[in-house]
Amino acid sequence: MIFLIAAKELKSMFAAPLAWLILCIVQLLLAWIFLSRLDTFLLLQPQLIQLAQPPGATELILAPLFGSAAVLIMMSVPLLSMRLIAEERRNQTMPLLMSAPLSMTEIVTGKFLGLVLFLAALIILTGLMAFSLSAGTSPDLGVLIGNLLGLVLLSACYAALGLYISCLTAHPVLAAVGTLGALLGLWVLDVSASTPESLLSWFSLLKHFESFNRGLIDSADVAFLVLFTFTFLALAIRRLDADRLRG
Amino acid sequence: MAPAFPTTTVFAHQLSRWFGARSAVQEIDLELKKGEVLGFLGPNGAGKTTTMRMLTGNLAPSAGTINICGIDLLDQPKAAKQLIGYLPENPPLYRELNVDEYLTLAARLHRVAKSALHDSVERTKQRCGLNEVSKQLIGSLSRGYQQRVGVAQAIIHNPEVVILDEPTVGLDPIQMREIRVLIRELGGTHSVILSSHVLPEVESVCDRVVIMHLGKNVYSGSIEALKQLREGHSLELGLRNPPELSQLQLQGVISVEKVNDTLFEIQYDPGNDPSEELVKAAAERGWGLYQINRRQTSLEDVFVQLTQQE
Repeated sequence: MIFLIAAKELKSMFAAPLAWLILCIVQLLLAWIFLSRLDTFLLLQPQLIQLAQPPGATELILAPLFGSAAVLIMMSVPLLSMRLIAEERRNQTMPLLMSAPLSMTEIVTGKFLGLVLFLAALIILTGLMAFSLSAGTSPDLGVLIGNLLGLVLLSACYAALGLYISCLTAHPVLAAVGTLGALLGLWVLDVSASTPESLLSWFSLLKHFESFNRGLIDSADVAFLVLFTFTFLALAIRRLDADRLRG
Repeated sequence: MAPAFPTTTVFAHQLSRWFGARSAVQEIDLELKKGEVLGFLGPNGAGKTTTMRMLTGNLAPSAGTINICGIDLLDQPKAAKQLIGYLPENPPLYRELNVDEYLTLAARLHRVAKSALHDSVERTKQRCGLNEVSKQLIGSLSRGYQQRVGVAQAIIHNPEVVILDEPTVGLDPIQMREIRVLIRELGGTHSVILSSHVLPEVESVCDRVVIMHLGKNVYSGSIEALKQLREGHSLELGLRNPPELSQLQLQGVISVEKVNDTLFEIQYDPGNDPSEELVKAAAERGWGLYQINRRQTSLEDVFVQLTQQE
């Protein structure tokens, strides 16, 4: 049932031009960043060789590429997540799901999975772009995998938050603005943090991606991102259940 | 409370619902047997839709129990919902899917086995007359076809109970008739609840009727009983050469009222119908009778009657 709902979400996403456009624009921007980084790297290479421990192509090209991908995905999630529940409410299609023999958990998980699968496609495309470096050099596969894993976990957080905010309203645009605001807020949260250990910086989502970006899979970061995702999924389930109770 | 008979498909007991301090439905009791078509009648805001949403698990009741074929809807929602097909007021259609895709999705959401999937989609399309639009996007269909797709999704899993909220709203007379025929047909094998504010519609397809007013059940009984209730005791009489009003005061006539120059409304004593006498007198005295009919009380009158009885 969960997969059925996820498949329906994916189908609806690809039935509209928005999803294609987002895929296209994000890939285009990332390709631009990738190529300009590659250019800089080739330009600097003669000087880098003179260093005792020169940074490799992975550090100079891939890390910034995935860092940008994390921000671009953050910007695109609100546009994709806004329709998950809000649009069903606006089009009054919720009764189809509500009267089918499904639990709220199945509905929410299915919709979440649909969005994460879409984002995973976007991440895999980015991974392939990065992997194309192996044509000229041997990129650090560990860093590559760490980044991909980090991006998937991070996208799951974005998607869960977006899904929850989409549950709060019947207006997709409101959901999009709300989600964008929340995500940007979580991004810049650590600006006002006085020390790196402060609570504010702990809640900054992108901070938790930094270790993945260096190729480090830190269990504390994994736990934070997974917990964040589950929290917002649980909130979304509760919110939908409240619909039935409050009417 | 357990249903009284094994053939009872819907059993609701003391169903109430408040929205904040406002009471939408108060202590409704319902019982529906297999193969029966029950009509929900009432003006807008009477609580028909709220009751239907509760019966289909879309809204939790504030008090009361709902039992579908012996399964408690609130305790085992999944098992009970499996037995219900629901068409809400606005059909829940995904405009970006075509009819086949949508019906397949609806069937799978209702856990129709994969092996039976194709058959149930084809059979339902046949039943609802959707064969010629199988591959069309739902968004591009006319209102009538969209409504049919809505009915189709409600019956695709062959549910025991079909609940239709105003299924003929916005349809043209031919489409209305088709949907009514379909509902009658469904009534043979399923139990059907449908809501409407059109009295003739309910009369033509339902076996029993429940009239709701301001969230309360004000009348519940067979269609025949309702028809009797509807027959008022007044005649409409059209005369081209009307005599003095006093001449119309034949035996059994209680009062005569002039509607316009040639039209009169006559209240009569139910045990003493003066129609025949009036026709006879009109022929003998050359009143130029061109119309005589028993006035059917309008739905409004029935409501007024029923609500005053309460």
